[in-house]
Amino acid sequence: MSGSNTNIEYSIKPNKPTQLGLTELWRYRELFYFFTWRDIKVKYKQTILGFLWAILQPLMMMMVFVFFFSKMMKMPTNGVPPPIFYLSGLLLWNLFSSALSGSANSMVENANIIKKVYFPRLVIPLSSVLVSLFDFLMGLIIFIGMIFYYEFSVPGFDISIPSFLGYYSIGVLLTIISACGLGSLLAALNVKYRDFRYVIPFLIQLLMFISPVIYPVSMLKGYPWLEKIASFNPLTGALMAGRMPFGSTDMDWGMMGISWASAGFIFILGLIYFRRTESYFADLA
Amino acid sequence: MKPIIDIQGIWKQYQIGGQKGRYLSIRESISQMGRQLFGGKKASFWALSDISFPVNKGECVGIIGKNGAGKSTLLKILSSITPPTKGKITMRGRVASLLEVGTGFHNELTGRENIFLNGSILGMKRTEIIHQLDEIVEFSGVSQFLDTPLKHYSSGMQLRLAFSVAAHLNPEILLIDEVLAVGDAEFQRKCLGKMDEVSKSGRTIIFISHDLGAVSQLCSRGIWLNEGQMQFDGPVDDCLQNYEHWITQHGNKHIAPQQEDLSTHSILSVQLSQNSYDMDSAIDFSMKISLAERVQHLVFGLMIRDVRGKVVGSQVIHTGRTEQKGEHDYQVRIPKHSLAPDHYTLSVSIAESSPHNVLDSVVNLITFEITSIQKGNNFSWDRSFGPIVFHQADIQKI
Repeated sequence: MSGSNTNIEYSIKPNKPTQLGLTELWRYRELFYFFTWRDIKVKYKQTILGFLWAILQPLMMMMVFVFFFSKMMKMPTNGVPPPIFYLSGLLLWNLFSSALSGSANSMVENANIIKKVYFPRLVIPLSSVLVSLFDFLMGLIIFIGMIFYYEFSVPGFDISIPSFLGYYSIGVLLTIISACGLGSLLAALNVKYRDFRYVIPFLIQLLMFISPVIYPVSMLKGYPWLEKIASFNPLTGALMAGRMPFGSTDMDWGMMGISWASAGFIFILGLIYFRRTESYFADLA
Repeated sequence: MKPIIDIQGIWKQYQIGGQKGRYLSIRESISQMGRQLFGGKKASFWALSDISFPVNKGECVGIIGKNGAGKSTLLKILSSITPPTKGKITMRGRVASLLEVGTGFHNELTGRENIFLNGSILGMKRTEIIHQLDEIVEFSGVSQFLDTPLKHYSSGMQLRLAFSVAAHLNPEILLIDEVLAVGDAEFQRKCLGKMDEVSKSGRTIIFISHDLGAVSQLCSRGIWLNEGQMQFDGPVDDCLQNYEHWITQHGNKHIAPQQEDLSTHSILSVQLSQNSYDMDSAIDFSMKISLAERVQHLVFGLMIRDVRGKVVGSQVIHTGRTEQKGEHDYQVRIPKHSLAPDHYTLSVSIAESSPHNVLDSVVNLITFEITSIQKGNNFSWDRSFGPIVFHQADIQKI
């Protein structure tokens, strides 16, 4: 901060904040960069392969999925080549799950900083989401490479890059919004009730099963109650959108609408709860 | 002109008792709710009660008081880290708070990376850090190791790096908590010099310390807090005098805050027999401890420090006793202490001998005075003679 501006005046009061404080968040935008940069650096320090891990992980997982689910269990992929089906889903799922567990644990992990310095606390869980976004973008490079390979060597596979980018970004956006919301909610709860440390891994595992990562959305059709639950899961919408450009026959615009509404609700709920409790984090952390 | 900091009737309440660990679990929360429903009261205490004072631009205010007097709580409220329960503070300027040196330092990152990380956490802009990088590095004196991960630094080097980042902050209001308690004497001098420079440049400083020497050197105004209340506000020398006087009257005992939690070993109370002792007389004190389970080979540690926090002497007492769970009382006597007339603090700890494990300690909370005795020849001890009296020294003509 430069020393030129001397007419700052603000008060410190016991009141809980009523707004999201986005202008303040914007003033601290550099901190997003530094926290994200720190976590990425630390994550890949002292590794030989470094950032390659962000590519290798989903790639190897995709191969395992193709072998077990597609080859052995004959799981349908509704018109999408299995490697594309699984990788497109895994990238979004990894983005969601790592962003969620990262942000949910972020406040507790940074407790020593929270207790000693003031800054808008939302910077911390949101930066964790950005760290996962970085890994996702690394993985996306290999995914795009794979799409080009299919485009040139597999007859009948035809995809336009703009439509891929368009639909896939809808999926990414939906994933990030819901991860930010649920992540901040869990981060705030985790500060107060450490029970959530045990709830989070369990929740992520559970979500994996009710998200159409390893199976197509159409498989839910036989179970109406499961289909209802799944449509409230924003990941359902994200995965439907993400696989749409590859000729997936899964798209259900009704479910898509519910996914968006539910993501929006989670986002607002998470951010408001976080803001309403953040002033006491330093006393509890 | 309006004061740069205007503190109006600040109160801060903390909950105690119901919370067993350092954080809540849902189970405890529910049982607490139940207790409230059935008329039980949550135990709470006021860490600060009705604190009000204005600070003018360019003032350097020292805040003193015993541990637990509310000093750090006040600083945390001023830094917006925790909100007050009641009251209002108006700040008219940008604040940087230094509650710890090296906040956010990460062991895996290099010195250079840590400068950027720490600087930005403390509120510096990236461009500002780049602009001042050379100065920061030079001040820290670790330029050769700038690209070495922090985990290979000695603790002294880490501290120097951290302080030099903090020293290059440019706020209008600087809040500092006890940062000088760490580091060697030379480093402390350097820090004090830098802070003096900062205060002379017209910035406002609020400084908390147990080091009364540093407070009197740096600050013009002193505020003394005791049990969350303001005891004194005025010129720093008057403030220190009042505080020291009070300490000699009331500082000879420590009673641990009440805990419902019986799952830890703790020192419940320590009480010196007097506030002041003659140079020649033994120092006696009693202590009460509570053990949560059987402890084999209980060990006591005693340590005496002078008012500047420097250790004067220690003793480890191996009792060889195995104590059962429950409360125990002890009487401790230091017969020949050799301490010169001055003010001192006593720290006490209890430990288990094998494996060595400190169970609880009471650090710097008990104070006493050693007084000079006049032995008929108008002799009086001067501080420049040092902290130790040779009792048995003898001289014979040969």
